[in-house]
Amino acid sequence: MPYPEEMIAPMRAELSQIGIQELRDADEADAFLSQKSGTTMVVINSVCGCAAGGARPGVTLALQHETRPDRVGTVFAGADVEAVAKVREFLEGIPPSSPAVALFKDGELVHFVPRHAIEGRDPQSIAFDLVTAFDEHCATKTES
Amino acid sequence: MGTFHDDLGDLHGITIVVDTAGSLTYVGRCHEENDVQVVLHDVDIHDANGDGPTVDEYLSRAAKFGVFAKHGTLVIPRAEVTTIRRLGELAQG
Repeated sequence: MPYPEEMIAPMRAELSQIGIQELRDADEADAFLSQKSGTTMVVINSVCGCAAGGARPGVTLALQHETRPDRVGTVFAGADVEAVAKVREFLEGIPPSSPAVALFKDGELVHFVPRHAIEGRDPQSIAFDLVTAFDEHCATKTES
Repeated sequence: MGTFHDDLGDLHGITIVVDTAGSLTYVGRCHEENDVQVVLHDVDIHDANGDGPTVDEYLSRAAKFGVFAKHGTLVIPRAEVTTIRRLGELAQG
């Protein structure tokens, strides 16, 4: 049974309010990830306090970096069930994990941050890892 | 990083590697660990006596990508446990 929407709404908003596109169903996730040109990041959000509680501010910090993915979307594990399943189809061979962050370049997975690389870490450390991946794989710079 | 369940110990919610005196190594999300038992969720098990990768090879891949859970919840008697490590620490080298 999915989590009550009123419980997770603030956790969704933490990402959507910074412009991350919510992917609520399989069609939205498929269309988003089927864009093969450039870089695409997907955040698999979750209710977990000890992991997602650091992941969301970590992602927020990382996206303030001058180099960032061309597009960023999010699905919510335990809520957007079909959308999460669709995202995981694009993560073939990678064990299910939430929260997690996946970065694709030209349709290929180039960087994956599983839950265990998030747990117990502070947002700055999570952001640093993401920014390092952005610098390696992304070309888009934000306007200053 | 705080959790909502501080009474369950520092490792609650953390993915850990549980090494045992026998051939089995467990990887799963810790629910609780105490003097009696370690309770894990979403668990995979490596058997050093089985076919397949060595435990080092298994843990190297687990540290990079995680594990495919084959057991929902397992209770491991503390007496069998030799060491407990955070999988995330392995990932960081």
